[in-house]
This record gives sequence, C-alpha cells and structure tokens, in this order.
Amino acid sequence: MRHMRKWATAILIFGIGNPILYLFSIGLGIGALVDANSGGAGVDGVPYLTFLAPALLASAAIQGAQDETVFPVMQGFIWDKGFFAVNSTPVSSRDIVHGVLTAALIRTLITTAIYELVLLGFGGITLANMLPMYVTAILAAMAYSCVMVGMAGYASENGSFMEVVQRLIIFPMFMFSGTFYPIETTPIYLQWFGWISPLWHATDLSRAISYGHSIEPWVLVVHIAYLALWAVVGLAIAYPKFAKRLSA
Amino acid sequence: MIKATDLTKSYGDFIAVDGINFEIRRGESFGLLGPNGAGKSTTMKMIASVSQRTSGGLEILGLDPNKRGPEIRAHLGVVPQQDNLDRELTVSENLYVYGRYFGLSRKFLKTKVQDLLEFAQLADKAKSKSEELSGGMKRRLTIARALVNEPEIFMLDEPTTGLDPQARHILWDRLFRLKEQGVTLVITTHYMDEAEQLCDRLIVMDKGKIMAEGSPAELIRSYSSREVLEVRFGSSKNAEVAEQIRGLGDRIEVLPDRILVYAEDGEAELAKIHKLGLEPLTSLVRRSSLEDVFLRLTGRTLVE
Ligand SMILES: Nc1ncnc2c1ncn2[C@@H]1O[C@H](COP(=O)(O)OP(=O)(O)OP(=O)(O)O)[C@@H](O)[C@H]1O
Ligand SMILES: [Mg+2]
Repeated sequence: MRHMRKWATAILIFGIGNPILYLFSIGLGIGALVDANSGGAGVDGVPYLTFLAPALLASAAIQGAQDETVFPVMQGFIWDKGFFAVNSTPVSSRDIVHGVLTAALIRTLITTAIYELVLLGFGGITLANMLPMYVTAILAAMAYSCVMVGMAGYASENGSFMEVVQRLIIFPMFMFSGTFYPIETTPIYLQWFGWISPLWHATDLSRAISYGHSIEPWVLVVHIAYLALWAVVGLAIAYPKFAKRLSA
Repeated sequence: MIKATDLTKSYGDFIAVDGINFEIRRGESFGLLGPNGAGKSTTMKMIASVSQRTSGGLEILGLDPNKRGPEIRAHLGVVPQQDNLDRELTVSENLYVYGRYFGLSRKFLKTKVQDLLEFAQLADKAKSKSEELSGGMKRRLTIARALVNEPEIFMLDEPTTGLDPQARHILWDRLFRLKEQGVTLVITTHYMDEAEQLCDRLIVMDKGKIMAEGSPAELIRSYSSREVLEVRFGSSKNAEVAEQIRGLGDRIEVLPDRILVYAEDGEAELAKIHKLGLEPLTSLVRRSSLEDVFLRLTGRTLVE
C-alpha cells in the first residue's frame, strides 16, 4: 500500500509537474544510496551528486527546449494556425523558424539559469564552473531545439506523430544517455542510444568541465561538432518543411 | 495590378484551380463567385502570395509572388475564410502585434489600433482576450486586423459570413469608402446581393475553372432572362408538372422545391400555366439576379 502511494506520487509528478524535478529528486535519493554503498567513492571518482549535476543541467536545458519548441510549433500550425496569420504579413517562413527558436532560446536561458542556481545551492557544481557549463547546456538545448522544430513541423492534425517521436526516439534517448550512471556500464547494444543522443554529448562535455572527467581532446571536438550537426540538420529539416507547409 | 495567366494549383492529383485567366485593375472591386469547392479560397491564397502556384503565371503589383512574397504581402490586407486570431492575446494586442509583423512603428500603431477598434466596433472589448469574443466579433476583428498596414489590395474571403445584418451593412459601407480611396478589393462571397452591391466585375468559378466573367448586370443580361417566374406545386408533383410546361418561357429550371421559368414577362408565363389547367400552390414573379446566372452556369443553387 505504501509502495503504491509512492508510485502514484511519482506518476503524478511525472505527469503534471516538471519531469526534471522528478529526475532531480530520484537522483538525490539514488545518490545517497550510491555514496553509502561505495564507501564514499561515488561514481567516476567523484561524489554521486557531482557526477549527476552536469547531466541534470543538460537534461533541464534540453527538456526545456523540447517544451518551448514542440508546443509552439503545433500551436502555430494546427491549434491556432497562428503561423498562417503571421505568414500573410511580410514575415517569411524562415523568419517564423527563427522566431520560434529565439523565443525558445530566451526561455531556456532563464529556466536553465534558475536550474543551475539550484544545483549550485545543493553543491552539485562550483561557482567557477557555472558559466562554461551554462554555455554547454544552452548549446545543447539550441541544437536540440532546431531538430524539434523541424520534427514538430511534420506533426499533423490527427497528431500521433509527436507521440511516436516521443516514445521511440526521445524517451530511449533520455533513458540511455548516461544520466544516472556512466554510459560505459550500459550494455553495449544500448550504448548507441547515448551516442546519438545530444544529451549524452552535452553531459559528457559538461562533466569534463565540472570535475575533470577525463576525455580525449578529439572526443571534446566530436561532442561540440555533433551538437552543431544537430543544429544544422534540424534547420535543414525545418526550413523546407515550414516553407512547404505555409505555401500549400 | 493583378494578372493571372493559366493559373493552376493542384494538391497531389487533384486540380483545385485549373488554368484560369483574369486581370484585376487598380481601384477595381473584383469578385469571385462559386459553389463550395470551386477553388475560390485557393485562388485567394495564391493572390495573397502565400500559396505557391503549381503552374501558370501570376503577377501582383508587377511582382512574382513565388519569388517576392514578403515584398508583395507588405501591400496586402488579407482576411482569410477562417479567422486565425491569436486567442491568448487581447483584442488590441492582436491588432498591435500584427502591425508589428509589418514593421510598423509603435507610435503609428498606437493611433492605428484605436481607429481599428472603432471600425470593428470593439472599443469596449479592447482588453478582452480574443477567444472570449463572439463569432461575429472575431470576424470583425480579423477584418480590422487586415487593414492595419493600410493595404493597397484588400482581400476578403467570405467576409460577411457570420455577421449580423447591421454589421454586414456597416462593412459594405466601409468597403465602399476604401474603394473611393483607391483601394483595390478582391472579394469572395456566397451572397448574391453582396456581389451585386460590391463588385464592379466578377468571375463565376466551378470545379477550378472560370465559367463566366463580367459586371453583375452584364452577366445577368447574357445568362438569364429579364424576369423569373417561380412556381411551386409541392415537392412530389414538381417533376411531373415540369414535363407539361416544358417549352414555356426561354428556359425552365426544375429545383427540388420549385420550378423556375425564365422569360421576358413572368406574368404572361403564369397566365399560360393557368390556361393549361394547372394551379401552382404559390407563384412569384421577380427580376433575374446573379443567383439565376449562377444556377444556369453551375446547375447548382448557391445556398446549399
Ligand atoms: N490543402 C489542401 N489539400 C488538399 N486539397 C485541398 C486543399 N485546400 C483545398 N483543397 C481542395 O481544393 C478544392 C477547392 O477548395 P477551395 O477551398 O479553394 O474552395 P472554395 O471555392 O473556397 O470553397 P468554399 O466555398 O467551400 O469556401 C476543394 O475540393 C478542396 O477540397
Ligand atoms: Mg473558400
């Protein structure tokens, strides 16, 4: 009975509250256990919270980017048809893509900053690392935004498209991005989820900044290049799709 | 001002607009008439420089909308068939934000928004969310919004659908005044009285093609007789009676609920019907209207 209550609460939070809050709370919970069990050695040679914080920050930024792009795009094309109204002014389809991304960026800048302050408060990160970690998280969020804007452009009236994307792509990506434990400990056949996930790349990068998690210089370049690739691919999907849909 | 040559738009295999030709002159008031699915809105969207044509030519203000869309749109005012207001913004914010998309200054918009609120008779609703407006009020706001940039070409897709008679007449009056100021009007409508009142010239479309073109008076002259006699014999008997009176007038048209006899002199035809020993339940003689032109061209009544 007690068990069920616990699950119900978790589901409730997951459903209506911010999923990040949920991640955060179980992260801290598990963290306490991990630290206790490993005799204080933590994970990856640092306390669990230190290990977790960069991942949470990147998740928060990306999750925020998700909410701030998918919803406005669906609204603009389907629910309110606002994009069509805007497109009957001199504003072009590209301008609309940029507009959505800019709005998403502004909101993500704010929410990520708040989130980072919380992490700082809990001692998950240090003051000195705040800025580079912030930049990393925002870079990841923007790269991810570009792809989500493109994807959401394909969502149709009957609307199961985004649900499929969510279940088959986004969810596994988040699950296997090495958020709660090092990606190397995941079975190899699941690791590729992490490799394609911008979250893992951002997390790995952020960990390198935060506590000197060791990565080869070329991996660092790969991380940044991969995120940039997401942005480019995202725009390459979004531009023509928006143009096509608005000029049908 | 607007010139279409073999203008065509297809959606997949389906041809919504099928090689139409027309020209609209500056300061003219031009109408598009046609039954549901005729391709009116599709044509309007192409003129509005949002929808890309599949083939043929289209020139607006001397520019190609496929290439210079934003530039052309700066001079257009577009009222779509379906309102697409921002539901979360207030009435005046809707006007203001839309104006900002045209790059208009805050200062200009401050007074412009007030004017448009007056025009739409929504001054007392200025602070309401647009989703709280009634259907007719939303329509009025959408129309007012399209005037924010003081367009050279004002395009209205079924502007008065959903408006009460008073609001309709106010809009007509306003459109007349815009026309006097030299604004070019492009209008689609299902209301024949509206078309007769507002349009200098119009095209009748059906299944993506133009069936006829001309001023309302010209169209009536070429496609209908001077008068129309409408007789009803009850829905079960109309078809049967029609056989007996075939040959009367210039032409007869059998509708489910009545028979129309087209003739120079309606009363004379009614007398002939009486002579045949037939007694209609009701009879009415009226002048021909665009409605009759429409029926003749498309085989359909307008109001379905
Ligand atoms: N986006 C679209 N995709 C596919 N078919 C379309 C699309 N838009 C319009 N059509 C089709 O094109 C035809 C013409 O549509 P249009 O909206 O231009 O008609 P209309 O003359 O404005 O009719 P109404 O009086 O009902 O407004 C219709 O058969 C419609 O189904
Ligand atoms: Mg239409």
